[in-house]
Amino acid sequence: MRLTCTVNGDRHEVDDVWEGESLLYVLRERMGLPGSKNACEQGECGSCTVYLDGVPVCACLVAAGQAQGREVGTVEGLAGPGELHPVQEAFLEAGAVQCGFCTPGLLVATDDLVRRSRAEGRRPADAEIREALAGNLCRCTGYEKILDAVRLAADRMAGEAR
Amino acid sequence: MTRAPERSRPAPPTPSPAQAVGRPLDRVDGPAKTAGLARYTADHHVPDLAHAALVHATVARGRITGLDTADAEAVGGVLAVLTHHNAPRMTPPAPVSALDLSTLAPGTTVDYLNTDRVHWNGQPVAVVVADSPDTARQAARLVRVTYEVEPAVTDFAAAQDDAVPLRGTLLVLGEERTGDAERALATAPVVVDHRYTTPAQSHHAMEPHATVAVWNGDRLTVHEGSQDVDWARRHLARRFGVPLAGVRVLSPHVGGGFGGKAPVWAGTVLTVLAARATGRAVRMVLSREDVIRTVGGRTPTVQRVALGAQRDGTLTALLHTGVSQVGRVGGTPEPVGSQSRHLYAAPHIWIRHSTTTLDVLPTAHMRAPGEAVGTFALESAVDELAVALGMDPVELRMRNEPDRDPLDGKRFSRRDLRAAYARGAERFGWAERTPSPRSMRDGHWLVGRGVATAFHLPVRLPADVTVRLRADGTVLVRCAFHEIGVGAATAQTQVAADALGVPVEAVTVEHGDTELPVGPQAGGSGQTASVATALLEACEELKRSVLALARRSPSSPLRGRRLSELRAGRGGLYRADAPDRGETYGVILTRAGRAEIEVRTAAGTRLGRTLQQARAAAGWFRDRRRWVRAVTGAHFCEVRVDEHTGEVRVSRWLGVFDVGRVVNPKTATSQLRGGIVMGIGAALSEETLVDPRTGRTVNPGLAEYHVPVQADLPRIEVDYLDEPDPTTPLGLLGVGEVGITGVAAAVANAVHHATGVRVRDLPVTLDRLL
Ligand code: FES
Ligand code: FES
Repeated sequence: MRLTCTVNGDRHEVDDVWEGESLLYVLRERMGLPGSKNACEQGECGSCTVYLDGVPVCACLVAAGQAQGREVGTVEGLAGPGELHPVQEAFLEAGAVQCGFCTPGLLVATDDLVRRSRAEGRRPADAEIREALAGNLCRCTGYEKILDAVRLAADRMAGEAR
Repeated sequence: MTRAPERSRPAPPTPSPAQAVGRPLDRVDGPAKTAGLARYTADHHVPDLAHAALVHATVARGRITGLDTADAEAVGGVLAVLTHHNAPRMTPPAPVSALDLSTLAPGTTVDYLNTDRVHWNGQPVAVVVADSPDTARQAARLVRVTYEVEPAVTDFAAAQDDAVPLRGTLLVLGEERTGDAERALATAPVVVDHRYTTPAQSHHAMEPHATVAVWNGDRLTVHEGSQDVDWARRHLARRFGVPLAGVRVLSPHVGGGFGGKAPVWAGTVLTVLAARATGRAVRMVLSREDVIRTVGGRTPTVQRVALGAQRDGTLTALLHTGVSQVGRVGGTPEPVGSQSRHLYAAPHIWIRHSTTTLDVLPTAHMRAPGEAVGTFALESAVDELAVALGMDPVELRMRNEPDRDPLDGKRFSRRDLRAAYARGAERFGWAERTPSPRSMRDGHWLVGRGVATAFHLPVRLPADVTVRLRADGTVLVRCAFHEIGVGAATAQTQVAADALGVPVEAVTVEHGDTELPVGPQAGGSGQTASVATALLEACEELKRSVLALARRSPSSPLRGRRLSELRAGRGGLYRADAPDRGETYGVILTRAGRAEIEVRTAAGTRLGRTLQQARAAAGWFRDRRRWVRAVTGAHFCEVRVDEHTGEVRVSRWLGVFDVGRVVNPKTATSQLRGGIVMGIGAALSEETLVDPRTGRTVNPGLAEYHVPVQADLPRIEVDYLDEPDPTTPLGLLGVGEVGITGVAAAVANAVHHATGVRVRDLPVTLDRLL
């Protein structure tokens, strides 16, 4: 089948997509966007987290066809070329990145969390962060600096226009 | 640049700003990783790429009698189905030799697809190559295999009686003793003597193993997430009978390892084989199930710890024995008594390790092999002794803190466990703990606090390094070490910047490529200190060469000076007695008409490398005779156990470590904390379940193997003494593994304090508390 969707603001059209393919597969293998990672293929680890119409999903669990006509956002699209988004900066500065394999998914999930709480005019509480990111496994960091990064990003993004 | 809050460390050390070592610098690979631009193995696209998938055996032992590949071959897009009938021949792995450590590279001795023998349930018996990964996997499911099944030993618990004591060698810890522990135990006024068990565990690095193999005639290029590219290269050259010089292994970014990516496993060999057979570039990304079926994990263990003491808590006897498992076709036993040789000043000590051999996937080293599970038994037993004596567990440990190594009287290169416990007890509020079990509660939560000691022996390995200094003042460091997440490149950037007196921004470090000078394995917590040692040597050599150039010029303020009279700083060399007298590297090189100058620590020749390795080995043995070089720590843990359901929540954690000097607090604390969290996983949930009847792993995925997530954890506080080891360059020891050691015991001890129930079998699941 042919799949047409918008990824990071660009319209993509791919042919010969097999019905069983996941969105993650299409992004990584057909669209040249390997930033989103494949670590479990069963919705357990969150490494593949992307936005689908603004809602974070595990791209490994989304059939490619479900993305037809919709907007997808990946780690590659968080910031403009050569730039880092405040969430990316916060992860870097807080030391929330080690091997980096969980990072792309965590960045999208964090961006979503910070945006949602900012829309409500507040910053996420620690318990809320732990719960919201419980689906994003990291085997390296012990998570503490990821929390630091989320708080830092929330502080920085609080100043931005909504 | 804004610094992130180092929340768990109220008073970070403040070294002089001129120094890079000791500062919490951002990772040099951080921008690429956060932008999603860092390329891991599975992200590599090369022209004409084909994809491979594995077919696993479904019996534990036997012979393949039939292979029906017709349905798989009929799938559109399938290029080849490789089996032992049609796969190209390979040279079998070399026997293990202490003279060539790369013989340890293969995870198993199996001659994949060159044999009809099956040695474990899950062994690859066929490989499908297709033009897409999905097609390869789909076709792999259609391969039908029949077996002649042979009797197999697959039950670790039942195989205990056949365990054989290990003879100690250079590479393996066997039996060690001082005095007569059994006799001392028989006459001790207070004795605890118990059996502890730990289950099989899996590394579960977030990046599944993956390989990309490209042949060009007899030249081979491999992309591979690896903890030892040199091992991979040597092993592949041998297996495929091609010259070593033609094999290149690239591993710039590795998505975690924890020991699982040090050996070369089936997936790597078979990807290279598939590329050889089909004439195509081939990529194989293992599914997590493939990983668990083909990449060895941590052995299960059964341990006995017996302690004898006087009524005042003075230890008289310490006995620690353990059984671990290997596979019939390879595997690594765990020296569970490692820490028990060094931790307590008992006059009578007996340590013994045994192994039992099963028809299962060979075991492999996983973070702190030996100590990670050995400390669970020892540090639980010490807590049990404290209970039996009615003594505070911290006080009991301090009473038995040795001044010298208890086994042979060697000195510790540094050891200040007392300071770690003192600082930890203060920060954690240990004194508020009421001693008796079930004496602290918060509503329906039973609250308990426990401690345990962390202990690890970091290794040191030889490393070749080149350092190039350019006339523009920039520096290039080249060494094939590995970035598995620890911040290795960042640390070496800091070391080089300080040694040469240049800003960190001027330094670039290349790593993870066999075209570079040979580096050490990312293992044994030794990589950072090992590379730093060689790098410092190279920088000294480089400064000597620069000074020689300067001294040729009559106008140089360095003329007539010796290196010992100079300091490196501000991008050049300056006189120690007159800091404004000196010149920059740029001035010296430009005047001498040199664009750059380069030194390397070992000659690029084979002889040079052999000599350098011999020198490093000699140094290591000399050091081992003189000192015990260990890192230690004190874990303080609070748990809450639901009185009704038995649910255990870790509610507070503090680890205080004595790890020598810390190069980068930002990366080092995360290493330590990541170890603690992996230890909490081992304590409460992690267990690789093997069906004892069939030898098949039944939870080969993250849905059924539970690693800790954010919501499981409290804030994990990490602190360290930050005092240099006096016997190593820069005072570095190693931080990668010590964090996990002692953790499970601290949890089990806290659970006992909360509930009065002593759990001696990991993991501490709620059924064990009801
Ligand atoms: S790869 Fe999608 S959740 Fe793990
Ligand atoms: S940084 Fe390695 S898994 Fe999170």
